Amino acid sequence: MTAVIEIGLGQVAATLALVAVAAAIAAWERTQLEADIGVAVARSFVQLTAIGYLIKAIFASDSTLWVAVLLAVMVVFGALTARGRARRVPHAFWPLLIALAVAATATLAVVLLLGVFPAEARYLVPVGGMVIGNAMTAAAVALNRLGDDVHDAAARIEGTLALGATATQAIAPIVRRSLRSGMIPLIDSTKTTGLIFFPGTMVGMLLAGAAPVDAVRLQLILLYVLLGAVSIATLVAVALARRTFFTTDHQLREIAPVRE
Amino acid sequence: MNNRQTKSEQQHHERPAPDQAAVLFELVHVTAKRGARVVLEDLSAVLRYGLTGIVGPSGVGKSTLLRLLNRLADPASGTIRYRGRDAREHDVLSLRRDVGLVAQLPALLEGTVTDNVLYGPRLAQRDADVADTLRLAGLDPAFAGRTAGALSVGEQQRVMLARALALRPSVLLLDEPTSALDEATTAAIELTLRDLRERLGLSFVLVTHDRAQADRLADRVLALERGALRNADPTPARPR
Repeated sequence: MTAVIEIGLGQVAATLALVAVAAAIAAWERTQLEADIGVAVARSFVQLTAIGYLIKAIFASDSTLWVAVLLAVMVVFGALTARGRARRVPHAFWPLLIALAVAATATLAVVLLLGVFPAEARYLVPVGGMVIGNAMTAAAVALNRLGDDVHDAAARIEGTLALGATATQAIAPIVRRSLRSGMIPLIDSTKTTGLIFFPGTMVGMLLAGAAPVDAVRLQLILLYVLLGAVSIATLVAVALARRTFFTTDHQLREIAPVRE
Repeated sequence: MNNRQTKSEQQHHERPAPDQAAVLFELVHVTAKRGARVVLEDLSAVLRYGLTGIVGPSGVGKSTLLRLLNRLADPASGTIRYRGRDAREHDVLSLRRDVGLVAQLPALLEGTVTDNVLYGPRLAQRDADVADTLRLAGLDPAFAGRTAGALSVGEQQRVMLARALALRPSVLLLDEPTSALDEATTAAIELTLRDLRERLGLSFVLVTHDRAQADRLADRVLALERGALRNADPTPARPR
């Protein structure tokens, strides 16, 4: 590293001009996303600022316990947020919580055991945060698709149950589609990375003055870690959530209507 | 429909002929709900071998009753007996293979007609002759390779019937099998049902809003009204 860049609040505020464009388009097209955009901007500012100070304190303490607590809190909030996108999945919180916890634990354990990063707060916190964030997005997309497809294909599912299929057999095509929809965005962005866009870590390192090759290597590590984490999270979330649609006697439960 | 006796028919005919007066299903104080709404309340009834027609206005719980009979749903309270045993004591997958359900609207799987017809037998690790099964359902075997989703509603309804028949059930539950069809197709399906009864000795529970159709096809007609099943036969024994 050769330089540390300093960012003032004025520079952050200036980029809100682009958010205003997004909100204007949302309002013009009546997508009813203006409120969501506002909430996203406000939450990201408050959350990132708070986490910035929190990370500063945790880095200073360099306590593994505090790192674990912070990551656990991220997992809980990730599961709560993803649940909002999976409203057609009954009791979606628990599958999501378990999926995010398993994905974060498994990937961080592998990274530490293989000696990719040392077990220090300055590595564990950002890598853990990225893993949980990406796992949350993928699991939410997968469960959203799962819930919608089960709802839309209820007649087809019951038709196959009526032919003597088990719940697992009846829902298998829908499970495959939801796994794909959770994993494909990251697979596609991994395929096109460096060609169509520069991923965040690499951009951050370049802006902070790191050597390009170092930036690329760290980015590759993170991309591969994320691929693993997203796959684990999606698989665990879907595997646990699909059971919630059925009784133990292979009966499709009634799905409560969702208020859009 | 061809005249030769097919392999499927022979397999069906291996069963002993049931006593038409014997009880197939018995409902004892059955209450069923859809969501929070009570659809059937304290219903007690006996369904015998042969072809039982169940008539009644929309929303009275006819489809719910069929779903209870092959355990796609269970009653909130009360008991359903199938062949003298609590339906919940039967293995649920075997029960559904023995008591086939043909839903009101076609909901076929992606793929060909053959994929649909063989779906149930493959799960049960059984063989089925696709051509014979299609003939039984009144479809030309040439349909076997066609994409199921591209067929007309009437043809899809017959594929629904064929895939239920492929499991060689002893009872078929038919939920408004002709409600989406025109008069000519309805008449053709009714002919197929009569034919299936005569050839295979299947028992049927036919749910319909069309009283005339029930009279044309059924040995007994029961009217479902506000949760009660009443004998609605115009005469004690109808000539067939």
